[in-house]
Amino acid sequence: MNLFQAVTNALDISLAADPTTIIFGEDVAFGGVFRCTVGLAEKYGKERVFNTPLCEQGIVGFGIGAASAGATAVAEIQFADYIFPAFDQIINEAAKFRYRSGNIFDCGKLTIRAPWGAVGHGALYHSQSPEAFFAHIPGIKVVIPRGPIQAKGLLLSCIRDQNPCIFFEPKILYRSALEQVPIKDYTLPLSEAEVLVEGNDVTLVAWGTQVHVLREVVNLAQEKLGVSCELIDLQTILPWDIDTVAKSVTKTGRLLVAHEAPLTSGFAAEIASTIQTECFLNLEAPIQRVCGWDTPFPHIFEPFYLPDKWRCLDAIKKMINY
Amino acid sequence: MASIRHFCRFARSLKPSYYSSKPIIQSTRTFSVTSWHRQLYEEEEKPQFPGAKSAGYMKKLEFIKPNQYDGIPTYRVLSRKGEILEADQDPNLDEDYVVRMYKAMTTMNTMDKILYESQRQGRISFYMTNFGEEGTHVGSAAALDGGDLVFGQYREAGVLMWRGFKLDQFMNQCYGNTLDVGKGRQMPVHYGSQELNFYTISSPLATQMPQASGAAYALKRAGKDLCVVCYFGDGAASEGDAHAALNFAATLDVPVIFFCRNNGYAISTPTHEQYRGDGIASRGHGYGIYSVRVDGNDVFAVYNATKAARNIAIKESRPVLIEAMTYRIGHHSTSDDSSAYRSVDEVHYWDKQDHPISRLRNYMMSQDWWDADKEKAWMVETRENVMQAFQKAEKSLKPSPTELFADVYDEMPKRLQQQHEEMKRHVEQYKEYYPSEIYEPFRS
Repeated sequence: MNLFQAVTNALDISLAADPTTIIFGEDVAFGGVFRCTVGLAEKYGKERVFNTPLCEQGIVGFGIGAASAGATAVAEIQFADYIFPAFDQIINEAAKFRYRSGNIFDCGKLTIRAPWGAVGHGALYHSQSPEAFFAHIPGIKVVIPRGPIQAKGLLLSCIRDQNPCIFFEPKILYRSALEQVPIKDYTLPLSEAEVLVEGNDVTLVAWGTQVHVLREVVNLAQEKLGVSCELIDLQTILPWDIDTVAKSVTKTGRLLVAHEAPLTSGFAAEIASTIQTECFLNLEAPIQRVCGWDTPFPHIFEPFYLPDKWRCLDAIKKMINY
Repeated sequence: MASIRHFCRFARSLKPSYYSSKPIIQSTRTFSVTSWHRQLYEEEEKPQFPGAKSAGYMKKLEFIKPNQYDGIPTYRVLSRKGEILEADQDPNLDEDYVVRMYKAMTTMNTMDKILYESQRQGRISFYMTNFGEEGTHVGSAAALDGGDLVFGQYREAGVLMWRGFKLDQFMNQCYGNTLDVGKGRQMPVHYGSQELNFYTISSPLATQMPQASGAAYALKRAGKDLCVVCYFGDGAASEGDAHAALNFAATLDVPVIFFCRNNGYAISTPTHEQYRGDGIASRGHGYGIYSVRVDGNDVFAVYNATKAARNIAIKESRPVLIEAMTYRIGHHSTSDDSSAYRSVDEVHYWDKQDHPISRLRNYMMSQDWWDADKEKAWMVETRENVMQAFQKAEKSLKPSPTELFADVYDEMPKRLQQQHEEMKRHVEQYKEYYPSEIYEPFRS
């Protein structure tokens, strides 16, 4: 399965297992502009998989209401870039629904899915990685998978988690990433990072597409610099797995965090600051953040904008020679 | 906000077969070229655009003017003197029921006066009265089923009062004491009750509106003969979420009553700075929603309209819009002095000449259900009840500071547990600087 098929499979399982599950958003009924909901409306009916008017604040508000009244609501925002009209519903409503009511009402059955990240030619409004905006919102969970296996397991966890979740799907991987995804129903734990490669000299942390960039960097660093890297996929941005990262940095003494989103106030800043506090005595070099530049996401300049493997490798070199 | 969906193009060409069986354009694929042409020719005089059903073409340019029609009329049942205007519109409610309505309205009025004063004395931090709008609350609430879900704005305390929310519960919330189900986290008047199906109020305006549409969708799917009612003010109706809610409710065919309290002001902003159309009710037509305008100071008109709306909502599974015309007699809130933007005479007119409570009292007196003695005794009784609840709530402790960290998520994440421990240690060390004596102790 590729990533979009893994998403469809997770949604299919959720619709089959839970009769209250509904899936809605712009253009989801015919299968979605990225094919993530293909066949679901035919299989489960137009009452359960349906188009909404083109209005993001409506989609999320509607989802909150449906979830609060007992439905498992899976809302789609067509691109993460267009989630901002729903920012108020997410930040002021979904995230605070349980807290403000003293836990007599909640919208924990809400999941918001959105295609995310660079795609080669998406420019300003089909490329954004807005996770850091949401990382500052107590009350929601933010999850980003790196491939089809994680997409299915983490999405099913989000749908079943009793808190409102935002699930960002790296759209460049929708078709390009192919894996043997288990057909059965399974979940992967939220708020747990995964150590993908063990190493001793430097800890590399990323999520989504950037994990694959850093996987190449692990090999490059070994070949060109003789440096042993430990690679961690954070997977959940909020609440994030501090322990796994801190444990790794305690061992390696060095940390590089890379993300596509702009540097200033990106989520790497939160990780760097926390790890600096947790691992002060173990750090042998300043924590490196290799990120998108502090600009809008450009069209023709995308190759220069992204935190590619050469920029990451250079940051490792700086840390080793510090 | 619209997306530039150039990514969609490749995907649309891959439509599954079920979609191509949809009507209009797709179905024409099965026609031969000649029959398609013939169809076009025969129906040439009727527009075929998919975007609107149109009566026909027009050969001369003519804009539809906003003042082309008279304003939507205002439905009323009772005259200002409390007389039934049309016998067939009389809801024929019995004495006990009407007296109960009156008592709910007047109890709220008494509670408002006492809590307003208590804020002026600095005993609670904030308050918003319901003066002049008691009829919209109780009239509509009485027409609903107790199982119907209510989403409110903040000036609908009478709905809770009707449903049986206790004076203690109102007071506990305003004081944020240990008995408040909201655990003291929100500002006063942000009530909520699970048992009474009244969703917890939040401050951001109109956010509850698309939520009401979503909740109604869930109710419909659950196959319950219930509806959702969503209250909002004329100012909130200007928010984008109001547009979202009405359009979603109409296109997704959900059983929801949108109940607008048009009281003439949004804080200081008069309605002529809020909109240029014919109020809120006129928007319903644009969304394909049944709409009506009622006299909000006429509790029977509100009752009848809500009852009928509920029937339509549930039987036809579609939204209904009610615009209740009323007047905000009190200040917007305790943080507002409304004399800065409107005349005392104007307020006086509504308070003395056209008030929902006095109108209902006149009706009750005309039926010999009420008199001056009963009024006097009831006023003494309700005042005592309010004062008792008030004093009790004031004496209660505040919840444990641990509640600051609970319910952010269903389970407290590790980082929040650590922050809780950190706060606890800090407060222990610096205890003379924190008002711990009025709170319950930290939990471990």
